[in-house]
Amino acid sequence: MRRNQVAVVGAAETTELGVIPNMSQIQLHADAALNAIEDAGLKLSDIDGFATAVETPQQIAHYLGITPTWVDGTSVGGCSFMLHVRHAAAAIEAGLCKTVLITHAESGKSMIGKQPRSIPADSLQGQFEAPFGVYGPPSMFPIPVLRFMKTHGITHEQLAMVAVVQREWAARNPRATMKDPITVADVLNSRMIAYPFRLLQCCLVTDGGGALILTSAERARDFPRKPVYILGTGESVETPMVSQMKTFDSSCAFKVAGPLAFKEAGITHKDVDHLMIYDAFAHLPLYGLGDLGFMPHEETGKFIADGNTRPGGKLPLNTNGGGLSYMHSGMYGMYALQESVRQMRGIAPAQVPNAKISVCHGVGGMFAASGTIIFTNEK
Amino acid sequence: MAEAARAKPKPTPETQHFWDGTKAGELRLQRCDACANVYFPPRPFCPSCASRKVSMFKASGRGRLYSYVINHRPAAPGFTPPYAIAVVELDEGPRMMSNVIDCPQTPEALELDMRLEVAFEPLDDKITLPLFRPAKG
Repeated sequence: MRRNQVAVVGAAETTELGVIPNMSQIQLHADAALNAIEDAGLKLSDIDGFATAVETPQQIAHYLGITPTWVDGTSVGGCSFMLHVRHAAAAIEAGLCKTVLITHAESGKSMIGKQPRSIPADSLQGQFEAPFGVYGPPSMFPIPVLRFMKTHGITHEQLAMVAVVQREWAARNPRATMKDPITVADVLNSRMIAYPFRLLQCCLVTDGGGALILTSAERARDFPRKPVYILGTGESVETPMVSQMKTFDSSCAFKVAGPLAFKEAGITHKDVDHLMIYDAFAHLPLYGLGDLGFMPHEETGKFIADGNTRPGGKLPLNTNGGGLSYMHSGMYGMYALQESVRQMRGIAPAQVPNAKISVCHGVGGMFAASGTIIFTNEK
Repeated sequence: MAEAARAKPKPTPETQHFWDGTKAGELRLQRCDACANVYFPPRPFCPSCASRKVSMFKASGRGRLYSYVINHRPAAPGFTPPYAIAVVELDEGPRMMSNVIDCPQTPEALELDMRLEVAFEPLDDKITLPLFRPAKG
C-alpha cells in the first residue's frame, strides 16, 4: 500500500467509559459512531464504507441507517480494528468507497446485549484445550509467560513494572479507570489470578466503544480536524489455540504484522515517537518490543523496568494507561488506535511533545492474530 | 445437585482415532508419509507439505513441561483451584495442552522442562483424557 494516501478524519470513543449500565452493546456502537461523525463534521449518510467486529456489519449498519458499498466484518479478536484500518485504506485507494466508518463496542462489564463467547465441544479448542481447565483469557493468555521468562531471562519484578509504569500514564488521563499510583510490591502482593500473573497484571473489564472515520488524504484536507495519515500497515494470524503457537519465545503473528508495517512505512525504530502495544496482560509489551524489532527480547524487561517507557522516557508506551489501567472492554485495539490518533492530533491528555510518528500494535485472541498501524501527522 | 462437570471433548471424523487411542491407552499422533513431519492436533493431511498421505502411530507418551499457569480464578467447571494448565512438549515434537497429576500444583513442584509421562483418565465410557504425571526414574 502507498504511504499517506488515506487519513483518519474522525475519531471518538463512547461518551462514557467504564461502567455503562444504561446502554446495550449495539447502542455503545452507535454512541461511538455518532461521536466520530460529529468529530469529522459529517452526516451518517456520508458514510459509504463500514467495518466492525463481533457484531456483523449488517447489524450495526442497519442500526445506524447506513447502506454501504463496501463492508468488512473481519473479526479476529481485539486487533480486528487494526485490520479494518488496513483493509479500509486499501479499499479507499482502490476506489471501492470514499468514507469508511469503523466501530467497536463492548458491554464487557455490564453484559447488556452481549452474546456470551462459547467454545463448541467438537471444535479443536473444545477437544484439545477446554477439557484441561482453560476458562477465559486469564487462564489462557499467560500460559506462554513462564517459558518466555526462562528463555529470555525476564523477572517477575520486571513484569510487575509494566503495570507500575502504565499506571503512571493513567494518572495523567482523566478518563482512565485506575489512576492511583502503584508499586512493584503492590503488584506482586495483589490477588493471584493465574500464576505467574496477579490481578494488577491483568486487564480491566469495562464497558465502552470507539469509532474511526477514514477517507483519502486528498479529501482529508477539507475536514475540521488535523488529518492523521496511514503511513504503514501489517497484519497476520497464527492459531486460535495458545497451546499450538509455534514457540512461546515470541509471537509469529507479531513478527509478521509489525515488520510489514515498518517496511511499508519506510521508517526505522529510531523514527518512532510514540508506541502503543495492546496490553491485555503484562507480558504483551515485552513480546511486542521484541517481535517488532525494537530490541532483543532479552532486553525488554530491563528496558521497561529502567523507565524508558514511562512519562518522560525515550520511548513513550501505552500513554493512555493501556488495557491494564485505562480501560479494556474485551477488544481493546480500538482504544489503542484512538490514543495514537490523539497523540498525532496533539490533543492526548498525556501528550508526547512534537510526536510525529506513532506505531499502534494490536493482538487478537491469545496471540491468535495481530495488526499494526503506523500513523503520522506529516504528509 | 451434581457438581458441574469438566468440559468434555466431542470427536469429529478427523479426530476420532485420537480419542479411540486414549480410550485404548495409547497416545496417537500422525506423521506425514511424504516429509516425515509429526503434527498435532489431528487432521488427514500434512500441515507442513499438504500431502494427504499420512499415517497414525503410537507415540511414546513421554515429554517435558514446556510452560504452564496455575489457575486460581475463575475456575473452570469440574476443577478445584488452584490447578495447573500445562503445555507438554512431546518427545516426538508436537505440543499439547494437558494437566499434570500426582504432583503438587505449585511453582516449586512444577519445574519447567521436568520430564513427564502420559496417564489416561477416563471421563466416561467414550472419552478418556490424556493427562501427564512426573516421569519415574
